[in-house]
Parts: sequence; structure tokens; C-alpha cells
Amino acid sequence: MAEATANGLGQHALHAAHEAPAAAVAHAEVHQEHPIRLYLVVWAWLFILSACSYMVDYFGIHGYLRWSLILIFMMLKAGLIVAVFMHMAWERLALTYAIILPPVLVLVFVAMMVFESDYTLLTRMTFFGAGS
Amino acid sequence: MTETTLTHIGQTEPRPVGWQGIAADWSSDQRAFKNVSWGKAMMWIFLLSDTFIFGCFLLSYMTARMSTRVPWPNPSEVFALHIGGSNIPLILIAIMTFVLISSSGTMAMAVNFGYRRDRRKTAILMLLTAVLGATFVGMQAFEWTKLITEGVRPWGNPWGAAQFGSSFFMITGFHGTHVTIGVIFLIIVARKVWRGDYDIGRPGFFTSRKGRYENVEIMGLYWHFVDLVWVFIFAFFYLW
Repeated sequence: MAEATANGLGQHALHAAHEAPAAAVAHAEVHQEHPIRLYLVVWAWLFILSACSYMVDYFGIHGYLRWSLILIFMMLKAGLIVAVFMHMAWERLALTYAIILPPVLVLVFVAMMVFESDYTLLTRMTFFGAGS
Repeated sequence: MTETTLTHIGQTEPRPVGWQGIAADWSSDQRAFKNVSWGKAMMWIFLLSDTFIFGCFLLSYMTARMSTRVPWPNPSEVFALHIGGSNIPLILIAIMTFVLISSSGTMAMAVNFGYRRDRRKTAILMLLTAVLGATFVGMQAFEWTKLITEGVRPWGNPWGAAQFGSSFFMITGFHGTHVTIGVIFLIIVARKVWRGDYDIGRPGFFTSRKGRYENVEIMGLYWHFVDLVWVFIFAFFYLW
């Protein structure tokens, strides 16, 4: 895999800072430069995974197998996009965790709303009967 | 001078790795994102807030779908297209997915050529991304038209739970708006690249600050996010 150019340039900037502080500003820019091949491979994988998740529907797989397959393909695609296309794999950990951790907390909200909607459904069944 | 101190990415001191590094960065009484420019950090934070917005939409959709006593319309049938004498399930949505993924691919390559100072290729790839994005919006408009003529409304539809329409228009409408804004954003940045604004350090129209090729990457972050949101919409709304 392509190594983090960001880190390499960071080191470079460090040297530049010692030698010529004025020039350091121009060189300190962090590049996210990786071989084009990497993007093409990820692109191909995204196509394959999308085709796979479409096939789940096309062949009419149902029940828990359907849901788990959908979730697996979804997470793999999301992971590839964030890690490679958005360069999260090469960012500093302080940024990565600041961005990746908060959305995980949405799962707590999901759990709350599952209870809430179960309750709503129960109430509707109790007060509106089985019709409409 | 103040501009450079604000914009440039200061040299990074050697710092501990892993969790210790995170604690050190955040408690350093300085900027927390050491080698990340403010433009990029702020775009990420904006995207985080957008994640919560789409998260809330998908959550409200989940709540509506779980709490209705009326069966939910089968998306596989609702979004089927009649091609060549048979109904192909979800085919339009699948094509839209491939179009958006392709636009993400071209965007990633545009960022790459931007850092190589290849103005021509960067601008062309960005415009290609914009064309694919516009195609996506066009297909979405077709899909909306089809559903509206079939009688889907935010308050009801012919096949089942009334909340289907409101969830559908809300989620895909908001996503389509994001794609449209992204296309406009892409065209603006592509024009700047083509003119060589980032090479000669021409001041921006609104900000009067010099742009850099990193702007292409920041633009790319937004575009990939739009693709990312579609991954979740595709899984939860269309496939579930």
C-alpha cells in the first residue's frame, strides 16, 4: 500500500524549518499523493461491492441473511470511501478519532428510537385496532 | 503576513503515537489538528454535522417504518423499471449508484493530478465528475416524476404505509440538493484550476485569500461525502 506521504513531507518540513525558516512555510503543505493505481483498485472494488448488494435484491434473498449482507457490503463500501478516497487512512489520529467516533454515538440514538417505535406500534395496535 | 500564519501548516514536532498521541495533541494548549490545514479540518467538521442531519433523517425513516401497522411498500417493486417486456427490480437505482461511484473515482484522480500541478487533467476530471453528478440528479428527477405520476405523495401512496412518500421525498430530496450544490461547487473550483488561480495565488472573489491546490482535495471531501451518504441511503431505503 502507498505509504503516508503526509508523514514523509512532515519530516521534510521539519528539516526545512531548521535550515531555512522562511522557506518552511512554502514546503509545509501536507500532500495526499498516492499512486493512481490505488484509486482504480478501490474504484473497481466499489463497483464489485455495489453489484453484490444489488444482487442481494435481484435474487430476492430474504430475512437475516439479506439484512446482514446489506450491512456488510454497506460498511465495506463506506470504509473504502472514507479510508482511501477521503484519505482518512493517512490523516493524523487526532483528526481521525474526532471525526469517526461521534457518528458511532448515533447508534445510541438508534437504540432509543427502536424502543420508542416499538412503544408507538404497541399503542397504535391497542387504540386503533387491527384495521387500516 | 497574518494570512500565512493562519493558513500554513506549522512544522510538526515528533509526538507520541496511538492514544497517547491523541491525548498529547488535544491537551497541547495549541491547535489540536497539527498538520491539517484549517480549511480541511473545517470541511471535516461540517461533514460531521451533515452526517448527523442525514443520520436523523434515516432514523426518522426507521422509526416510521417500524411503528406503522400498515405494510411498507416493497421498494424492489416500487422502483422497478419495465424494460424489454419484463420488470427489472431497482435497475434505475443501481445505475444511479454506479454513476455516483464513478464520479467519486474521477474526483479522487482529480485531487491526485491537482497535487501534481497538472492543471489540464485536474480540470477535465473535475468537469467529468460534475457531468456524472448532473447525470445522477437528472436520473433522480426522472425517478421523482415517475413516482409522482404513479400517485406517490408525502401523505400517501397506492401501495401501503403513508409515511413511505414523506420519507422518500425528504431523504432523496435532501441528498439530491447536496449533489446539485456539489456540481456547482465543482464547476467553480474547476474554473479556478483551469485559469491557474492556484499556481499564481490569485485572491478568491469572496475571501480575497490565495487558494492552494489543497482546495481541490477539500472539494473532493465534500463530493466523496455525497457518495458516502448515498451508500447508506441505498442500503437502508432501497434495499432493506
